[in-house]
Amino acid sequence: MRRRTLKVAGIAVLSHALAVLAWYVFVKLGNVPEFILPSPLATIETLADPRYDWWTNTAATAIEIFGGFLLATALGVLFALIFTWSSLGLALLMPLLVTFNMIPKVALGPLVIVWMSYGVVTNIVIAFTIAFFPILLTTLRGLRETEPELLELVRALRANRWQIFTRIQLPGALPYLFSGMKVGSVLAVAGAIVGEFIGSELGLGYLMLQVQVRLDTAGMMMAVLLISAIGIVLYGLVAALEALVVVRDARIG
Amino acid sequence: MLASADQKRDQSPETAPFIRLRNVAKTFMRDGAEFKALTDASFDVGKGELVCLVGPSGCGKSTLLRILAGLLRADQGSTVSIGGPDVPFEPGRDVGIAFQQPLLLKWRRVLENVLLPAQILGLPRKASLERARDLLHLVGLSGAERKYPYELSGGMQQRVAIARALVHDPKLVLMDEPFGALDALTRERMNVELLRIWEKSGKTIVLVTHGIGEAVFLGQRVVVLTAGPARMAADIPIRLPARRTLELKTGEAFGAYSRQIYGLLGMS
Repeated sequence: MRRRTLKVAGIAVLSHALAVLAWYVFVKLGNVPEFILPSPLATIETLADPRYDWWTNTAATAIEIFGGFLLATALGVLFALIFTWSSLGLALLMPLLVTFNMIPKVALGPLVIVWMSYGVVTNIVIAFTIAFFPILLTTLRGLRETEPELLELVRALRANRWQIFTRIQLPGALPYLFSGMKVGSVLAVAGAIVGEFIGSELGLGYLMLQVQVRLDTAGMMMAVLLISAIGIVLYGLVAALEALVVVRDARIG
Repeated sequence: MLASADQKRDQSPETAPFIRLRNVAKTFMRDGAEFKALTDASFDVGKGELVCLVGPSGCGKSTLLRILAGLLRADQGSTVSIGGPDVPFEPGRDVGIAFQQPLLLKWRRVLENVLLPAQILGLPRKASLERARDLLHLVGLSGAERKYPYELSGGMQQRVAIARALVHDPKLVLMDEPFGALDALTRERMNVELLRIWEKSGKTIVLVTHGIGEAVFLGQRVVVLTAGPARMAADIPIRLPARRTLELKTGEAFGAYSRQIYGLLGMS
């Protein structure tokens, strides 16, 4: 088992290394001008340049992504719970949320900025609005997936609502919750960057717009790499947590 | 209590039956119309007896089982009495259930799955753990305590479900098609196993099946229910040797009981 995991990880590292190599060869052999596509080396070199303020900008974007994601997870699970316990809540709020989800969240961006001014908190809200819905929907589905006969079995033992939730429904919904969180983690990254594009004075998305004016493609590439890295870390944390708490056979997606 | 002559005759001379059902009916409302899922079921189950309910789909046997489990309330005018002064019966505490599907919790190991009812009832952990281990031994799964359900075959999962139905030492065990999802050979093997478990545990078992052979093989009595309208057709005592082996199934007596039930169900 362990050797197999190592092998899979090794192959993953190899495929990434090959992609970087292909990038390098393409730029060198094709004589691609630096302002179109800089080499991997030229891209990495920007890290040494203090003018980019990588640390501050990366931290700001990471806070927005993680903040929006955590908020979406917390409220997604909370609403899924409310909808499972209260059919009135479901009937009243669910259609509203479905309509809300139809709104392109990118279009909401300028409005949120008008309401909240721009800044890290605003971008957390935008990341949240995009990541929230898939987490809510998958968790809700997971909570309702419990076999009716299993519920009968514990109801015959006079199990109370809390026991049914903590011992049966929630553990049963965890694979669904994690699958929603994985989708949500990708969306939270997009949300935070959209927020930074629309209006901000900090973050990797903001930095990209700044250096784009100077045709500093290497800086933009590095920003994209760092954004992706934040996303990968978040996704990896979710996957690691899943591996820790969800039994292998129960995992989905 | 004023007992009618009729009721007196129903009771065995020494003790009152563990379960006493009289004129049990259940009506559901379906799309604004009344739907009778069960009418006029009357029979007794003695303490420690294994009684099979047999009948086609829609005959109300699962409805009856849910009434016994306290999950459904029978119509007005039905008499459902379980337990008595000498055998106190606490609904919730004293019922164990096994369904057609094992319904194990995928995220729990076998031992923890068996412990579920004990946890819900808040029974002391140490004693329950010991009991769960004994029961896993009884169903022949001693080595599987630390396994997850997906590592077990269908028959083994069903054994775990049976151990779970017994872990809180219920006085009444209800089984709804417990072997219906298993292949024919595993099913026969599980029938023999169940009789062994029943003998060792001394539980009162009410088992629903639509396998006529299974009902005759397992039951000390077979209650036959018919569909459309759903009602009780007969209560047949099965007088076969106490130690039942699969060979019995080829014998004349077994065939006679089966033919009788096929006849009652209009299938001969």
